Amino acid sequence: MTELADVVGYDEAISRYEPVIGLETHVELGTASKMFCGSPTEFGAEPNTHVCPVCLGLPGSLPVINRAAIEYTIKIGLALNCSIASWCRFARKNYFYPDMPKNFQISQYDEPLCTDGWLDVTVGETQVRVGIERVHLEEDTGKSLHVGGATGRIHGAEYSLVDYNRAGIPLVEVVTKPIPGTGALAPAVARAYVTELRNLLRALDVSDVRMEEGSLRCDVNTSIAPRGSGTLGTRTETKNVNSLRSVERAVRSEIERQAAVLDAGRRVVQETRHFQEASGTTTAGRSKEEAQDYRYFPEPDLIPVAPSREWVEQLRASLPELPAARRARLQAEWGLPDLDMAALRNAGALDLVAETVAAGAPPDAARNWWLGELSRRANEAGVELAALAVNPAQVARVTELVASGTLNDKLARQVLDGVLSGEGSPDEIVAARGLAVVSDDGALLAAVDAAIAANPEVADKIKSGKINAAGALVGAVMRQTGGRADGARVRELILGRLAPDA
Amino acid sequence: MTTPSHTDLTGMTAAELAAAIAAGETSAVDVTRAHLDRIGAVDERVRAFLHVAPDAALAAAAEVDSKRRAGEVLGPLAGVPLALKDVFTTADMPTTCGSRILEGWRPPYDATITKRLRQAGIVILGKSNMDEFAMGSSTENSAFGPSHNPWDLSRVPGGSSGGSAAAVTAFEAPLAIGTDTGGSIRQPAAVCGIVGSKPTYGGSSRYGVVAFASSLDTPGPLARTVLDAALLHEAMSGHDPCDSTSIDAPVPPVVAAARQADVSGLRVGVVTELGGDGYQAGVLARFGAAVELLESLGAKVTEVSCPHFSYALPAYYLIAPSECSSNLARFDGMRYGLRVGDDGTHSAEEVMSLTRAAGFGAEVKRRIMLGTYALSSGYYDAYYGKAQQVRTLIARDFEAAFEQVDVLVSPTTPTTAFPIGERADDPIAMYLADLCTIPSDLAGNAALSVPCGLAAEDGLPVGLQIMAPVLADDRMYRVGAAVEAALDQQRGHALLDEAKGLSR
Amino acid sequence: MPITRDEVAHLARLSRLALTDAELEHFAGQLEQIISAVARVQEVAADGIPPTTHALPITNVFRDDVITAQLGAPAALDQAPACEQDRFRVPRILAED
Repeated sequence: MTELADVVGYDEAISRYEPVIGLETHVELGTASKMFCGSPTEFGAEPNTHVCPVCLGLPGSLPVINRAAIEYTIKIGLALNCSIASWCRFARKNYFYPDMPKNFQISQYDEPLCTDGWLDVTVGETQVRVGIERVHLEEDTGKSLHVGGATGRIHGAEYSLVDYNRAGIPLVEVVTKPIPGTGALAPAVARAYVTELRNLLRALDVSDVRMEEGSLRCDVNTSIAPRGSGTLGTRTETKNVNSLRSVERAVRSEIERQAAVLDAGRRVVQETRHFQEASGTTTAGRSKEEAQDYRYFPEPDLIPVAPSREWVEQLRASLPELPAARRARLQAEWGLPDLDMAALRNAGALDLVAETVAAGAPPDAARNWWLGELSRRANEAGVELAALAVNPAQVARVTELVASGTLNDKLARQVLDGVLSGEGSPDEIVAARGLAVVSDDGALLAAVDAAIAANPEVADKIKSGKINAAGALVGAVMRQTGGRADGARVRELILGRLAPDA
Repeated sequence: MTTPSHTDLTGMTAAELAAAIAAGETSAVDVTRAHLDRIGAVDERVRAFLHVAPDAALAAAAEVDSKRRAGEVLGPLAGVPLALKDVFTTADMPTTCGSRILEGWRPPYDATITKRLRQAGIVILGKSNMDEFAMGSSTENSAFGPSHNPWDLSRVPGGSSGGSAAAVTAFEAPLAIGTDTGGSIRQPAAVCGIVGSKPTYGGSSRYGVVAFASSLDTPGPLARTVLDAALLHEAMSGHDPCDSTSIDAPVPPVVAAARQADVSGLRVGVVTELGGDGYQAGVLARFGAAVELLESLGAKVTEVSCPHFSYALPAYYLIAPSECSSNLARFDGMRYGLRVGDDGTHSAEEVMSLTRAAGFGAEVKRRIMLGTYALSSGYYDAYYGKAQQVRTLIARDFEAAFEQVDVLVSPTTPTTAFPIGERADDPIAMYLADLCTIPSDLAGNAALSVPCGLAAEDGLPVGLQIMAPVLADDRMYRVGAAVEAALDQQRGHALLDEAKGLSR
Repeated sequence: MPITRDEVAHLARLSRLALTDAELEHFAGQLEQIISAVARVQEVAADGIPPTTHALPITNVFRDDVITAQLGAPAALDQAPACEQDRFRVPRILAED
């Protein structure tokens, strides 16, 4: 296998080549039982405990379709604006592999349950309508553990150990149409698509969509062609790209690699490639030119699925509010311009703000806290906003305390400090740290008088009409009260004491 | 009143045995012991069984007896012994399908039919021999050696359910269960001179039946009388939620039909395409006589053409191998069964290939490769796709025929039992044994073979095939029982009394 | 319809059957004979005829999404030619996908 080591820089590659991408996303459905039998789907069980004769593919066993898996798939199809087949069959995809108990996979081949839909995704201010080719159902395979050899990987292993717990879990495959015309944004569009698909699946409550546990897995197709050539390049398929960041990196690195191949006057080989998390690049897998002959034929052990119109309409009526509609509604409710809305989404703050507002905070305040102070904290800590140790209800309570005058902004930040370091609820922290604003004039006047006495020359300036000098005295009062004073009131009191006619 | 002797017990029909057990005239244990003794006496020559389970059988029989003593209501076949084709999974016995690749395999579960038999109090004596994975018409493809036809031990008992047919014919069991994919119940029943029935596809559960060709495989009964076959048909059938292709409808009233045994006014069609050249003269003669008998019993006989039946055999030998190439892929030595070549030097892929090469016999390999060929891209439309269209045309031929007549009849098989070894490495000649039985497998309708005498030239049994529409299984029992009664009356005794291969 | 020894070797590879040269030779002759016999289906005029994949025209057979009895690891692994750490032990696997 000859591999070109060098790549062309991304900007240069994009200046001369036009990428076309496509994504195949596998989603393990969150049904209680497997696709064709009553074994549980729950993640993390002891090996080979979630198995029965059917999912172990024992001789004589037969599959029976899980109704919920069909319903989940139809819901996904409807949410992706697809047509739902009125009649379709499962097929057998025949190939030998030790993690596949029957040595064929039951899948939908040329008769998918859902076809021809779309999903809108946004990158910055650019909206891209991603065409959906098909949504079909199949069964997952078992998992192999490779033993011996240096790396625990398949190459160089002495033997493998197979666990069939995952075999037969319902797997939905969502396949996009080729996505052309995104230019330099191609990697970001790929990532935005997977993000939006994940949001959609989460809203539908059909999968736990955890990429790290493998319940959502991506294959990324990439091709490039010289700009303006009007041709389509040869595509590669990068397998098992298992994080959002990797989706973006995989597309980017394939564009760079393929540009180098074409620049060298060679042709891109149609093949499966594997994404290497460590380097952020892809390496060659099996060449598709020696393509498998899967010998598909209709699965004779299953009978056709024919969703009635009534059934489909019933499922359509049961769909929850979908992410795009929800965003449009929230934007309207909050009165936000597109740019601000985009900022919220980019920061991953939309749901947090929505929940904060739902917990009683004014939209502006909620947005300011999450995009401002809390985003800064998240950046400092190097974590996602949602991973901060503060929840929307707590933020809402802080905004409430500010609105009622119990806290000023500075105190509020101190309260959030306390929450983030696990000291308790905002109210507990206000009480424990004694952070409430001092608004009692008697107590404040004593501090004001002390500040005047300590700064006679400043007091004289104010008396002579230079009221801007009052800031220095306000600062002194704030220091004296540990920041708990209401600054505006302090200023009023100072100006009252030092009025020119006094 | 005297207790029936051992010989009396093995000579009785299932219906008689069940009645005697229910009446307390004999016990299930005695009946079981009599059959186990008979197996001990003759099976070395017949080789009907791959596995005999005396302890399990006697325990099951004892349970029936204790239930009877406790006054429990027993099923109509409680205590009656049975030979179960070794293609049904049994949690307490090995299941080999006549293959080295599954030698000694102990399934962790019972097939639905196995469960139903147990629930009905039917005593499973053991597992009967078969062509490897049900592919064959003689049991010569069994990895464990052929079974022998009790009429002439040098001849085949038919197949693939040849062990089941031989067991019933040799009085080793009054009942047996087989599976029919291209004729594997009816053809052995015919060449052994017993009754074999293929229910409507989906009428009997396939869950736990090791698949040969999923869209064709149909479990069904074998017995020495039509009534016994009907009783077993009723006991083993009915909807099974574990089999998606199982029919969710009541079992047709086959027992009542067998008791009715009346064909007056019934319209019977003789299929033009199933006869003539290539059929043994004695077979055609007995068939002709059976048709005349039906007429004499009041049936209205006409000739009906089913033009696409002549394409049934080639279509079958594309569809069945295609499905089998996929169904048998799971036998790869990874999870159960034989494993060959795992010495640390071979990869999983190589071990799979070595295991399958060592574990499968020649006919299974032929069909796997044939099916792989027929499903390959580039050939699919010309072979598999075309065969499925022919299947539609055959089903339409049946539909058209059943608008004119109530049942169709033909010889069950073109020849009587052939000598062991004669067709062993001549696949095409072997395939012809299923010429008449295949159309009903492709269309999924019910069909039954009932003995209709002996061929003059060789003195071997000939079967009359009666085909009924989908879910009208009762009709074929009505006709079969009428033919059986009339022939027994003509003859003055049962046909099997003339079997010379084994002493009673 | 001639079928060559190489084609049979290809079919044997696809089917995971390690056949000897003698077997390949023998099967090539037989498969050719069988394939030319079954090719008769191509004589049938079947334009516009739908294929039958299931004997009976039923649709929509489903099970409810409920968990049923499991085998448990000991029963699942009981007949395995080799096992280790409650998993099926298999020889080294050549390549992914």
